[in-house]
Amino acid sequence: MNRGKWYAFLVPTISVLIAFLVGSVIILLIGKNPLTAYVVMFQGAFGGSEQLADTIVKMTPLVLTGLAVGFGFRAGVFNIGAEGQMAMGALVGAIVAMSFGALPPVILIPLSIISGMLAGAFWASIAGFLKAFTGAHEVISTIMLNWIAINVTTFMVAGPLAVGTGTPKSPEVAEAAKLPIIFKVQAIELSIGIVIAVIAAIVMYVLIEKSTMGYELRGVGFNPYASEYGGINIKKNIIMIMAISGSLAGMAGIVDLLGVPPQRFLGELTGGRGFDGITIALIGRNNPIGIIFAALLISALRTGSNAMQIRAQIPNDIVHILQGIVIFLVAAERIVAALIEWKKREKVTA
Amino acid sequence: MAPGTAESEAAPGKDHAIVMKAITKQFPGVLANDHVDFFVKRGEIHALVGENGAGKSTLVNQLYGFHLPDDGKIFINGEEVFFRSPKDAIRKNIGMVHQHFMLVDNQTVTENVILGSEINLPVLKGFLDRKKARNTLVSLSKQYGLVVNPDAFIEDIPVGMQQRVEIIKTLYRGADILIFDEPTAVLTPQETEELFKVMRLLKEGGKTIVFITHKLNEVMAITDRVTVMRLGKVTGRVDTKDTNPRQLANMMVGREVLLRVEKKEHEPGDLLLEVNKLSVHDNRGLQAVKDVSLSVKEGEIVGIAGVAGNGQSELVEAITGLRKVGSGKIRMSGVDITDLSTWEIREIGLNHVPEDRLKRGLITKYPVYFNSILGKHKDEPFSKDGFLMLKNIRDYAKDLVERYDVRPRNINQLGGNLSGGNQQKLIVARELDDKPRPSRCVVVAQPTRGLDIGAIEFIHKTLISMRDQGIGILLVSMELDEIFSLSDRIIVIYEGEIMGEVKPDEITKEEVGLMMAGQRKAEEAVKWSDER
Repeated sequence: MNRGKWYAFLVPTISVLIAFLVGSVIILLIGKNPLTAYVVMFQGAFGGSEQLADTIVKMTPLVLTGLAVGFGFRAGVFNIGAEGQMAMGALVGAIVAMSFGALPPVILIPLSIISGMLAGAFWASIAGFLKAFTGAHEVISTIMLNWIAINVTTFMVAGPLAVGTGTPKSPEVAEAAKLPIIFKVQAIELSIGIVIAVIAAIVMYVLIEKSTMGYELRGVGFNPYASEYGGINIKKNIIMIMAISGSLAGMAGIVDLLGVPPQRFLGELTGGRGFDGITIALIGRNNPIGIIFAALLISALRTGSNAMQIRAQIPNDIVHILQGIVIFLVAAERIVAALIEWKKREKVTA
Repeated sequence: MAPGTAESEAAPGKDHAIVMKAITKQFPGVLANDHVDFFVKRGEIHALVGENGAGKSTLVNQLYGFHLPDDGKIFINGEEVFFRSPKDAIRKNIGMVHQHFMLVDNQTVTENVILGSEINLPVLKGFLDRKKARNTLVSLSKQYGLVVNPDAFIEDIPVGMQQRVEIIKTLYRGADILIFDEPTAVLTPQETEELFKVMRLLKEGGKTIVFITHKLNEVMAITDRVTVMRLGKVTGRVDTKDTNPRQLANMMVGREVLLRVEKKEHEPGDLLLEVNKLSVHDNRGLQAVKDVSLSVKEGEIVGIAGVAGNGQSELVEAITGLRKVGSGKIRMSGVDITDLSTWEIREIGLNHVPEDRLKRGLITKYPVYFNSILGKHKDEPFSKDGFLMLKNIRDYAKDLVERYDVRPRNINQLGGNLSGGNQQKLIVARELDDKPRPSRCVVVAQPTRGLDIGAIEFIHKTLISMRDQGIGILLVSMELDEIFSLSDRIIVIYEGEIMGEVKPDEITKEEVGLMMAGQRKAEEAVKWSDER
């Protein structure tokens, strides 16, 4: 078991290192210095309090969508619908946050977040119901639900809720619903969103590893037949898994909306961050702590890449290549595992 | 015991198809083969017997090119060979019929047989000559009595026929030496008889057969000579005609083994499980159980005898809440449990040892300690206020593993990494154990399928001692011997209907066999029951 824990940590780390190595070859090929590129990238992501805050702000929803997908994976369910659940969560949460401005923040903020989570949970549990009672595969149904969610939210922001001109947007949420700011550097406001995300990760860890429900959820993921035999209600659990996964995605949407100015539903809002959850869950190996680091990695790559493009004139597409290689290596874990084994054997024979 | 008879000392020569000399194979932590000598004469059926982990599989895996020996020599028909892969072995006309079939479900029998040795059309290279392949297959099938439908899809044919496809596959590739790895583990008694006929025809056709098995009556029935292994070494080498099951069992286990469980007379107590006019449908919606009524009392073992696929699985699933009941009632101590959930049924004290331990009985990716509470996981002291009480769980698992002799004693090991026998011990332990809530009645299906003698003995003893403590047991088994030696009453099932109820000491196995064959022998069965 101990070996398992180390191993789970080793594979993604080695994958990232290999990705950077391969990336440096590509940077060399376009005639630039990889060392400069990486230094600039690092500075762009962590180089100052502004950069750091930006990275953390961008990381917050990624942690939550990563947890959403990772939780599903742990229970054997492939929730591709984080994108749609995130949109629904943001929409419903925003409506609550706009409508009850008279309430004090201590009530309005939790109320908005919880309604966003419930919306995400509801949206995901539709796919859960379909899987439990008709056998419809969740990959198909969640993809379909994504389209519905994105079109519903676009309609709402462009129609009934629309304000102003230009990009479709909703009104700003009530002042009392905005997340408290930890610190502010120039244009960047770092809200308590990251704290909420980390708490969510801890709750997920406890739920999966320590609770009786986690025993059942993981059991269903590993072997539904044996779980059924052990008196576990499969249908109930599948719906529950989807609902919890969806609530995390919904939370990603509303926490992002309430924590990042302008605090309103703007344009498409999700921008693929629900799908990023799949990447992050994969790199973090569905482990809550791993997911936090994976989200940090992806968000640092993104903030860093902008700096790299501006200051070192290296196209930020490099970041997509790095991300691609990391995912490839983590998914094809046996390549890295073989490397580790080979290293060990060398040590033994030496 | 007299291992090493005269013939083995004679230098193995030209009349030997297989000579393996001083084979040694070391795996991390285990010396799997320790200077093993294994000689098989051409044209004989040679049994290789031993408990799980004795090194039989390792030995034949070296013969079939899966592993290279660390030390020792292999000669095939007098010629020394070095097999680096099964391909090399196939080239030397060795074929292996695996225990777990290596077949492609959604291809036809013919396609499976030619897979890996396809013949192309003479003109259109790259296109299969299906006709020629099919003709070769049909002639092989006729020659050795291997009845198969060349055009059927694998997923549609029964296990026995799938095995014949495996045999034809080896013959198609020109095998003269056939290795059968526990071929009867998946077969019904009838299919086993069929297989033995085929093996005899193969022998008449000049083929050499290595037959790996646990079942000593099969060794006595079909083989010419026997090599016994224990803990990586050869412990006996005898002609079948000079030995008996008892001697073989002693050589295998290294101590006296009770082939038949000793069982005291026991007075059954109150009525526990009561099934009344139960009808159940199978997955295809056909009626699999028809109007079945039966009962199990405290302190008795009721055996259900029948050929596989006659409604036993559906009956067990309906009783344990895993399948919806069509009509009829199931009661436990008078309480109606028809269509209750599996958890509710468990809470009433009706437990279940499932027929498929890997599919149902264990979550193979959970460690032993988590597997030891499956089906009890929501009860105190394992769970409190929605949280797992890990210390209590681990203490319980340690205790269970100790009392039921699950090896190794490491409770952190994954369930899937235990040997089959120890997986089964763990499941039986969990289902029969009285903690945290009493187990009053247990439905036990195929408790010893694929296990070795030592494990079978242990499980049988456990079942009997639980019966003596007053637990009621409904035993479903394809092994007629098992049914006879354990049951207080025997119910025979055929096509989902009960053919009759008998007592093991008042009837012969042949008579029960006729009832198991159902309609074809129905008149005789009726005549027999009329005479009573």
